[in-house]
Amino acid sequence: MVGSSLPGPAPAPLFTWEKRLEPSRVMAVIVPVIAVILALGVGAIFLAATGFNPLKVYQSMLYGVIGSKYGLSETVVKAIPLMLAGLGVSVAFRMLLWNIGAEGQFYMGAFGASFVALTFPNLPAYIMLPAMFVAGIAMGGLWAVLPALPKARWGVNEVITTLMLNYVAILWVDYQVYGPWKDPKGFNFPLTAPFSKAAILPTIAGTRIHLGLIFALLAAIMLTIILWRTRWGYEIRVIGESPRAARYAGIKIERNIILVMLLSGALAGLAGMSEVAGITHRLQHGISPGYGYTAIIIAWLAKLHPATIILVSFLFSGLIVGGYSVQTSGVPAATVSMLQGAILFFVLGGEILTRYRLHFGRKEGK
Amino acid sequence: MVVPLVEMRGITKVFPGVVANDGVNLSVQAGEIHALLGENGAGKSTLMSILTGLYRPDGGEIYIDGQRANFRSPRDAIAAGIGMVHQHFRLVAPFTVTENVALGLKGGLKLNLNKLAGEIAALSKEYGLQVDPQARIWQLSVGEQQRVEIIKLLYRHARVLILDEPTAVLTPQEARDLYQTLKKMAARGCAVIFITHKLQEVMDAADTITILRGGKTVATVKKSETNEKELARMMVGREILWQVNKPAPRKGDKVLEIKDLKALNDKGLPALRGINLAVYAGEILGIAGVAGNGQRELAEVIAGLRPSQGGTITVAGQELGQCDPCRVINAGVGYIPEDRLGMGLVPNLGAVDNLLLKEYRHPRWGKILLNRRAARQWARELVERFQVKMAGLDAPVKMMSGGNLQRLLLAREISTRPRLLVAVYPARGLDVGATETVHRLLLEQRAAGTAILLISEDLEELFRLADRIAVMYEGEIMGLVATEEASVEEVGLMMAGAKRMEVSA
Repeated sequence: MVGSSLPGPAPAPLFTWEKRLEPSRVMAVIVPVIAVILALGVGAIFLAATGFNPLKVYQSMLYGVIGSKYGLSETVVKAIPLMLAGLGVSVAFRMLLWNIGAEGQFYMGAFGASFVALTFPNLPAYIMLPAMFVAGIAMGGLWAVLPALPKARWGVNEVITTLMLNYVAILWVDYQVYGPWKDPKGFNFPLTAPFSKAAILPTIAGTRIHLGLIFALLAAIMLTIILWRTRWGYEIRVIGESPRAARYAGIKIERNIILVMLLSGALAGLAGMSEVAGITHRLQHGISPGYGYTAIIIAWLAKLHPATIILVSFLFSGLIVGGYSVQTSGVPAATVSMLQGAILFFVLGGEILTRYRLHFGRKEGK
Repeated sequence: MVVPLVEMRGITKVFPGVVANDGVNLSVQAGEIHALLGENGAGKSTLMSILTGLYRPDGGEIYIDGQRANFRSPRDAIAAGIGMVHQHFRLVAPFTVTENVALGLKGGLKLNLNKLAGEIAALSKEYGLQVDPQARIWQLSVGEQQRVEIIKLLYRHARVLILDEPTAVLTPQEARDLYQTLKKMAARGCAVIFITHKLQEVMDAADTITILRGGKTVATVKKSETNEKELARMMVGREILWQVNKPAPRKGDKVLEIKDLKALNDKGLPALRGINLAVYAGEILGIAGVAGNGQRELAEVIAGLRPSQGGTITVAGQELGQCDPCRVINAGVGYIPEDRLGMGLVPNLGAVDNLLLKEYRHPRWGKILLNRRAARQWARELVERFQVKMAGLDAPVKMMSGGNLQRLLLAREISTRPRLLVAVYPARGLDVGATETVHRLLLEQRAAGTAILLISEDLEELFRLADRIAVMYEGEIMGLVATEEASVEEVGLMMAGAKRMEVSA
């Protein structure tokens, strides 16, 4: 009866998956590297298809980044907001709070700092900068606490609320720079009057690298200490790993949702503050070219590790700077976004290799 | 000799660092009930996963009806007539019984559910598997759900039926019904294999027994030619002490008092309907009952994880307020939850972090900064004292075996010197050695004057440890008896809701 339908020897499958007992550490390092290479490969196909020589484009991108002092310093400059925002989202992600709102928190931080700079233009620098600092992190933090409250109270999905608040923040800043705060001498451009000298962050001589770099490095150190050396960080890690165990241990999850979102938004807000005080020296339309979204990719690629976030931020700012430098030769600006997306795609896809083992055409009956 | 229906020869399966099966032989005849006996980690589940096509063996051969079989996927195994009832049922809760049986059936797009329902009714009558084909799964008791799983296999003409610890969720009476069903299936020419580590079950139901230990076959014996003692020795590899020397209880003050406690379950239906209980220092109060009769909810309400709908809980004269785990911990209540890795421990963190889980607020670790070095030292001492075996203090605890996880959990809960210890199924899924350790630790706590509330579905365990046994059924206490005066039959009847005693708590 059933016997005759027994599966006899059949061609072995090309490959089979087998679950690993524990995630492979080797793969955790190799996968991102291969992902970047594959992403560059996909980018190359796209470039070739649109009539560019991919090798030349990549070469001039690389040259744009490391070929000159300007390129190098710009890479650092662009990395600063990415680091701060990336650190910000990472701490929320660690607690499984999907804060997609770093972009909006960045804008509100920039708005807060600009408010101080524009309203009290005559403050001396030693009061002005700390005040802008506080206003930046306060507005960024507030913007993240707004969705944290309904999340803590009723479990409202923060992905939706943080994302939607991005548009509110961007339009709010647009309203200011197109409306009440528009620089009368600005030839109708959507930007505010320049800040006074006291409201400008000090820079390294001859470059645009500003004090924000120190903020970012300190923030990374601070986060490392908080997460692995303090009682609060212990709570964050326990909640992130197992909310049920956290509740069982009497950890107040609701309070931590609010505190962690506050910290997360404050860091993104600080990124906005240092961008207006360090780079643009005024508030303007489109102050962030999507730093808050790129930060999400960075935090994810860095496995939420503060030190790694710093490194990955340089990789992504290099991509941005390299992208700028090839735009003059007609390569579309979207190429960089495409590369970023492709990297994330391949890293996420490759993660299966850390958890599963791949067997190619194994021999039967061995 | 007759050709066995299932024959596995020299099966070897190697996982990185572990040889799960090492040249295992298993031969099962049609018409017999075959028990696969062994401690956790003996390789029973791996062997059955190979037979059902989930894993591919690294070595060895499988013969079905004397014909070489090569299962590349569970689909192949099903086609060969091999079916398995897993410990955690694979049923879709909002679907009806009929729809669940229909899932995964081959055939065209058309589905004649009425015809199917008729066939299911016929099957269930034939095998004594009472279940309503139109009922939805979530409405069924665990025992009924198990019947649905068996019907699923029968409908697919499974000739080899594998059951993974089938009686873990049943009352003694339901278990007896199950044995009857299994016997009927065997009489109709099926082969039944059931995985277990309970000796009682083997003696009740099996015809032939294969014992595994450490991934190897120890022996295959006929039930008529063996006894429990011999089986236990083969399973564990040494003599085990069944008799626990339990000194008479030194009953102290009333530690836990529960009055008219009411609470809802996760579905919002009443789970506790007015519970009254008291536990005294130095005694173990056992709660017997089939899983799902409110025991979990009772433990969760005491631990402050579930709001009560009425009634009071008092620990050492202090009333616990509404749903505040922190307050309960501070009142001196230790809690060993049923779900070790899901609630009691954080799987991805190491032993130090897990031991700190309830301790980290203590000022001796520092107000803001945690003194990691001191905590590590303290953790190392606990690990040594409780003999927890692990790869390292920072290795994720999810890598540890069930017995070691439970030791770690007990180490944490006991080291805080609780007044009251609530233990829910503390030995579930543990092998004989680890169970022994857990029981010894609980009795030590009892001797030290802790009040212990022991929730268990293992009557043997309750009769061995508890001083008094209360039986829960559908959110109520059916009766409360002193262990010396209790009989298994009586407790079993109360578990099934068939008998009620006047309770004077």
